[in-house]
Amino acid sequence: MPLHVAVATRAFKRYSTYVGATLAGIFTNCVFGVILCFVYLEVWGANPDAGGYDASDAVTYVWLGQAMIMTVAVWGGGSPDDLAERIRSGDVVIDLYRPVGILGWYLSADLGRAAYHLLTRGLAPTVVGGLLFDLRYPADPLTWLVLLAAVPVAVTVSFGLRMLASLTAFWLLDDVGPRMLLGFAALFFSGLTVPLVILPGGLRELAMALPWATFLQVPADIWLGKRTGLEVVEGLAFMGGWAVVLLAACAWVLHRAERRVVVQGG
Amino acid sequence: MSLIEVSELRRTFTVRRRVDGARRKQRTEVEAVRDLTFAIDAGEMVGYIGPNGAGKSTTVKMLTGILVPTSGRISVAGVDPSRHRTALARRIGVVFGQRTSLWWDLPLHDSFDLLHKIYRTDPARHRTNLAEFVELLDLGDLLDTPVRQLSLGQRMRGDIVAALLHDPEILYLDEPTIGLDVVSKGRLREFLRALNRDRGTTLMLTTHDLQDIEALCDRVIVIDHGTQVYDGTLAGLHEQGGSRRTVVVDLVDEAPPIEVAGAVTRRVEGPRQWLSFPADASAAPIVAALATSYDVADLSIQEPDIEEVIRQLYSRPPSEPSGRPSG
Amino acid sequence: MADAVVDYCRIASLWVRASMAYPASFWMMAVGSFLMTGLDFVAIWVLLRNVDDLGGFSLTEIGFLYGATGLGIAFADLCVGRVERLGQMIRTGRLDTMMTKPVPLLVQVCADEFAPRRFARVLQSSLVFVWAATYVDWTLPRALVAVEMVVSGSVIFFSLFVGLACVQFWTADSTEVANAFTYGGNQVTQFPMSVFPQEIVKALTFVLPIAFVNWYPALFILGRDDPFGLPEWLQLASPVAAALFLGAAALAWRVGVRHYRSTGS
Repeated sequence: MPLHVAVATRAFKRYSTYVGATLAGIFTNCVFGVILCFVYLEVWGANPDAGGYDASDAVTYVWLGQAMIMTVAVWGGGSPDDLAERIRSGDVVIDLYRPVGILGWYLSADLGRAAYHLLTRGLAPTVVGGLLFDLRYPADPLTWLVLLAAVPVAVTVSFGLRMLASLTAFWLLDDVGPRMLLGFAALFFSGLTVPLVILPGGLRELAMALPWATFLQVPADIWLGKRTGLEVVEGLAFMGGWAVVLLAACAWVLHRAERRVVVQGG
Repeated sequence: MSLIEVSELRRTFTVRRRVDGARRKQRTEVEAVRDLTFAIDAGEMVGYIGPNGAGKSTTVKMLTGILVPTSGRISVAGVDPSRHRTALARRIGVVFGQRTSLWWDLPLHDSFDLLHKIYRTDPARHRTNLAEFVELLDLGDLLDTPVRQLSLGQRMRGDIVAALLHDPEILYLDEPTIGLDVVSKGRLREFLRALNRDRGTTLMLTTHDLQDIEALCDRVIVIDHGTQVYDGTLAGLHEQGGSRRTVVVDLVDEAPPIEVAGAVTRRVEGPRQWLSFPADASAAPIVAALATSYDVADLSIQEPDIEEVIRQLYSRPPSEPSGRPSG
Repeated sequence: MADAVVDYCRIASLWVRASMAYPASFWMMAVGSFLMTGLDFVAIWVLLRNVDDLGGFSLTEIGFLYGATGLGIAFADLCVGRVERLGQMIRTGRLDTMMTKPVPLLVQVCADEFAPRRFARVLQSSLVFVWAATYVDWTLPRALVAVEMVVSGSVIFFSLFVGLACVQFWTADSTEVANAFTYGGNQVTQFPMSVFPQEIVKALTFVLPIAFVNWYPALFILGRDDPFGLPEWLQLASPVAAALFLGAAALAWRVGVRHYRSTGS
């Protein structure tokens, strides 16, 4: 366990060296946030109850989305990209023979990265959004605690998906395709393109059941108070369930890959 | 008038550095090159050497017009490189050691074709040049191979052909033999010699490898900390630097330090011993003496490296008269 | 100038062949980028299922705006290619290698790693544009303004790509700021300006004239009155805005290259 904390800390520090890039990223998040807010204000001005949200919910959702983009790495990136690189270069053999599990190692690194992105590119745009627009904040301290627990679970789900895409590099020469398709699915089904709650009926049901709903929609609903009491527990169970399923899938694929590497001699 | 003329060339950079204790970074001026003056005539082969960060690549960048000098004057083939960079580009060839200007995923000949077109070389001239270089560098079988599948040595040869197809008067080579095996190095040196001999191409190469210089250059310019510290023959450099070569001897059994005329034993480790002798002396009598008086299992000769020679150049007391003053 | 265009095409066509060395990768990237860029329009479609119009504009009218700005950024992205990676070219020394070739530096930088998969975005935007155009009441002046709009839009995005990439001559950390203006500029013009407060629209007209990419010419083509009551001649002023952008980008490039050549870093 102390080892994993050290790995996470190292990842956190690694990202924190790029101050200029972080500031630039925050600026970009803010620009996109402002644009979307005005569009959403127009939509909810005309239909004040779309998707069960009011204008204030919708605007808050925009900034939560901007905060989560980098934290859960919707576009991809993070430690699974490092692994893909190591698979292509063959360095992964070193990882395979380390006495520490690959999955735990890379997950720790990704959580360290996510912590950094949450504190910078998550927090800063939300503060800016709060200054510019009328946002809604959870009043109950318990809700804050729940959210604090939900974020690492969301990152873990996202990690599992990105990891599966990276692991295809063991079989495919080029894993750009799988990663691109994953990015496409993540961008839409996370609710970053439009809130999942305003999708038309069937599509909405489907999107709410897929793992990407854990990225933004479920935590946002907890934040906005759309889920209360038992629904919060249900939401957390949904997130935790996907995290477990995806990590198990990763472990299984990794096991297959390991056998393959051993058989082929790397 | 010489082909390349450099006078009182100076290039300073402003670096932002965190000085001890200070919280903010401070701007400091660093002189990458100062008071450089030399002239190279058409048809010369000059080695431009110095330790890492000495200012070699800064000089080459100024000679090719990439960098603008802070002060001083450069004339290459009669023009100021920084003002006429694109025009000059047609008359020079540049090979940067570890990066390739070839298309990674395409066969060699595709890269050559493109260069032919963007340099707008005469088609007949291009064909004869290509045929000749391909023949000399033994690339015939590789023309249809994607560059990514070539070995380092093959790729370097490809890059050199690419730099020569437009008949440049001057060829700048930056570490051309770095990372190559002995056979590739030898073949490359032979080619460069032939190029200089048959076409009169002027060669200027930066290198860490003294053997490159030995095989190719009649003249060496040494630069360190941005200043020219030597300009003359390689033999003169060894003499002036007092550099020494080393014989590494593996005896059959352990023995007390070897005593042989002309060499000094520096180190003994079990059956292995290290003997040093002046770099300009011949190794032959020492080797012969060793073979007759000792049971030698194996033997090799180590050349002094550039860093060593330059260190020697500096460690000599300044009062001692030096061979040929530089600058 | 003609030579530069010819050289650009030659270098680009070699990259096209290089990217065809991996056909599977090419097709996946092309399809992926087609879908990815199309998501923005799906978003607009979803939003308009919940409301009758957005800022007084219908789905087909917004589709026209979307297609026009999409074509602008798609053509610019296609042509300028990897100028965004200028910082990387500097770090790897690739820029130095380019500077020893007798082809204008900007031509080489723009043509570098020319990727035919970027046609996917051109195709995606064209589809929406053509669909939306079938709802337009066409006249000859409107058609001419449409051509002028797409050309001006491309030039404006081209200038944004190049001009903002020049910041990388000083610092490599800034690429994301460039995104805020290029992709952000694309995003903001996907919607009718009537959605935004007057101050923002005025800023996008007179300070950073991105609204000329599609908004003003589209008002003319769609026969709509300016919701903010700004002068009508603005609707024909896109080429002027494009020329200003281009001039600023050219200046930034010159200053950037000069800076690079005096610092080498």
